[in-house]
Amino acid sequence: MTQGKFIWQQGIKIGLIGGIVEVLLALVGMIEAFSQRDIVSHIISMGHTLLLLVILFMAYLAAKRTPRTEPLWVLINSFISGLIVGGVLALLVIVGGLINLRKVFINASPLLYQLLTFDQGVKAGIPLLLGGGGLSGLLAGLLYLASKLLRRVLIISLGSVVGVGVLQDLLRPTFALWGPLAVINEWLFTANGLTFHGTMGLFVLIALLSYFWAQKGNAIRADLKRLSPTSQRALRITSFLLLIMILLALPQIFGLFLSEVFTIVGLYVLLGLGLNIVVGFAGLLDLGYVAFFAIGAYTVAVLTSPELGFFSLSFWGALPFAIFMGVLSGVLLGIPVLKMRGDYLAIATLGFGEIIRILVLSDFLRPWLGGAQGIGKIPKASLGSIEFATPQQIYYLILAGCLLVGFISLRLRDSRLGRAWMAVREDEDVAQAMGINLVSTKLLAFATGAAFSALSGAIFASKLGSVYPHSFNVMISINILCLIIVGGMGSIPGVLVGAIALVGLPELLREFAEYRLLVYGAALVAMMLLRPAGLWPEALRRRELHGGESAETESPSGFEPSK
Amino acid sequence: MLKRWRERTTPTDIVMWFIGAGILTLVIWGSAATLTEGRYTSHHWFDFIIFGLAQGSIYALIAMGYTMVYGILRMINFAHSEVFMSGPYTAYYVAAAFYSSGFLDSQPIISLIIIFIVSMATSTLIALLLERIAYRPLRTAPRLVPLITAIGASFFLQYTFRGLYGSGFQAYPVVKILEGEWMFGEFRILKFQALVIVAAALLMAALYSFIQRSRIGKAIRAVSEDKEISSLMGINIDRMIVTTFVIGGMSAGAAGVLYAVMFKQVHFFMGFIPGIKAFTAAVLGGIGNIPGAMLGGIFLGLVESVGPSLFLDGLGIVAPYQLKDAIAFIMLVLILIFRPSGILGERLAVKKA
Repeated sequence: MTQGKFIWQQGIKIGLIGGIVEVLLALVGMIEAFSQRDIVSHIISMGHTLLLLVILFMAYLAAKRTPRTEPLWVLINSFISGLIVGGVLALLVIVGGLINLRKVFINASPLLYQLLTFDQGVKAGIPLLLGGGGLSGLLAGLLYLASKLLRRVLIISLGSVVGVGVLQDLLRPTFALWGPLAVINEWLFTANGLTFHGTMGLFVLIALLSYFWAQKGNAIRADLKRLSPTSQRALRITSFLLLIMILLALPQIFGLFLSEVFTIVGLYVLLGLGLNIVVGFAGLLDLGYVAFFAIGAYTVAVLTSPELGFFSLSFWGALPFAIFMGVLSGVLLGIPVLKMRGDYLAIATLGFGEIIRILVLSDFLRPWLGGAQGIGKIPKASLGSIEFATPQQIYYLILAGCLLVGFISLRLRDSRLGRAWMAVREDEDVAQAMGINLVSTKLLAFATGAAFSALSGAIFASKLGSVYPHSFNVMISINILCLIIVGGMGSIPGVLVGAIALVGLPELLREFAEYRLLVYGAALVAMMLLRPAGLWPEALRRRELHGGESAETESPSGFEPSK
Repeated sequence: MLKRWRERTTPTDIVMWFIGAGILTLVIWGSAATLTEGRYTSHHWFDFIIFGLAQGSIYALIAMGYTMVYGILRMINFAHSEVFMSGPYTAYYVAAAFYSSGFLDSQPIISLIIIFIVSMATSTLIALLLERIAYRPLRTAPRLVPLITAIGASFFLQYTFRGLYGSGFQAYPVVKILEGEWMFGEFRILKFQALVIVAAALLMAALYSFIQRSRIGKAIRAVSEDKEISSLMGINIDRMIVTTFVIGGMSAGAAGVLYAVMFKQVHFFMGFIPGIKAFTAAVLGGIGNIPGAMLGGIFLGLVESVGPSLFLDGLGIVAPYQLKDAIAFIMLVLILIFRPSGILGERLAVKKA
């Protein structure tokens, strides 16, 4: 950390960076898009929350960069940075008033300026922005100076309130399904946003809970550790059974729409578990991973669809072929790239993925693969008399796939092969010197990953009932890569965390859809810069990194590109 | 002799030879079929070649950025395609303003120069920001980390520009003096293609002599040889890396305007495919090797433009032009497999990868 000549330099620098981030958020259109939803009804919208969170984060950062021994300077610095962030926004409003920025930046609309000035017009809005910025900066500085316990409780409860507000569309219909819980709806939600008393109540409730946990949490954990091994085992089994039961009940608890979201998350978990083996375990960066997904989906489509009329197998009849094709193509791709490492491998696999997509799309292969129109009328999977047709039913199919694949990955990780993969990941030459057969180890990684991906593709084809080449573009590979990196490379629970965070949440937040890849990109950069091990790092890595409790840089929104 | 050969060869090698031989046979067969059928006249071939040269020189300019950054940092700057996109997309607004005020028609050369400057400046700025924010903190990180960062940065930039400027295609205004064609005997050259080829050739010549002759160019080459020793020799490594990004950004910005002149539209996603192709060109010429990148770009442009009609058509493939991109990607994969050091390159891929 470089200490400038003047102690207040940090405040100004961070304030300017924050201001640029805010202006970017505004011009990209995020603020405006997010403003349609209120967090607290008629009091604060999601867009304003985003603005506020960036200011708080930046001011907190400014406070952190100031020596703690000088509390006055901490406050001044956080105040300055908040003030500057507000000032830069005010500048945007002034410039926007003088020049029509909209000719270039399509999102610099009058509505944006209204939002930025809180509907008060330019004259009243600018002092408001400056004052609000400075005040929030000061608050962040105070938060930094507060005791650790208070800071934690405040951050957790504020975060939860924002979380509940953001997820209101998910929670409200769910509560409404369950008679007694509908009361909560009345108390907590309005048509758009939380009620004021609900917000306050929720805040206090969460604050109390987190305070209680902070006080008693360690004691409870210690108690659990002191239990006899048999009862610990019993506890583990019960919690595992409970988890399975919850997973089975999910589509029944939440309605149709959420079941659809779960199925999408499940497909990505399947894909993520497969890529996790290739990238996370064996360290082979594969950017053409979507090709195997496409191969699985197209195999099922060609074998089952009456539209082409070559074969008319059932889903279960086609599934082994799909997985076999996946394994085969995994090996076929694997052989040529065996000698490549690192970035060359990444680019070669990217090329491979694109080749598959272009071939499928071309008129040349149209009689066999349907060309740009794709293949339709793929029959649904059925088991006895049950047909997996609605999202709620497909959910179980995917859940079964996820559990199976999760179990296999878990066993593989601890197997001889898994250790060989990790050895290759850490150092190829040393691994080879230790007697690991690089050829078979790498090919097995590609084949296993491809098999999982093909399984996912097969389910995807039967879920949609049709396949199109456009569903298999490079973005899917990037999405999957992103989710395993955010979750933590090589970590199996990390895949689930990543899939929920990067696939589930955007599905729930419609406003978010347009900025999905923007945020993914920023998240990838930010993760690599700040937390390369991921949100839920693999146990081994965590142990390696645990030396000193690394300074947690919690990004409140995850939108900061970097510092 | 035969025994030793058998000991050295693994089954994978044999599989690869078969793949290579198969592809070679297909190419020769297809070309022979097309040429004997005589479906295309020499005019067609001339047009294909000129188009390929123009497109190839754009690839070559973009490839400079890849190859120089790889040479100095040993990383693929995956976001270079967005450096390429940002320039002409921003300069579009200048061009559109010139067009609507009539300045573009009254002073076409001055306006083109201004458009070039704006585009090159924007691209350079983006390249600098990338280097400072995303890559500099990760210089000592494991190899995969900067690559993943670069992929993230690439998508972040793409969608930031989409958010800023909108998601539609923007039609680049037509420069009147670049319309029309020149006839050389029986062969014609479109004027804008001539501009692209000449401008790219001038820029590449300037860049090459800068790298070869100037003090800074020598310092950059020294740093890509060996960082530690060159820093002991008193070279400021940080400054050389920044300079490399500036050169890469400038050539990408210039390539961007040429691309816009040629295809007359800009889009936030326009960088992706040319980016990968330029990377292919860089690998083709031997990554880290500057003249190699230029040759590789031109070669790739030619193959892409001549290839579909030369050997795909002969094989009886319907609509061969749809597979134009596939040719480039297959070439990329093949080069990476058979000759990762490229046509002119040292054996970097094995030595340092």
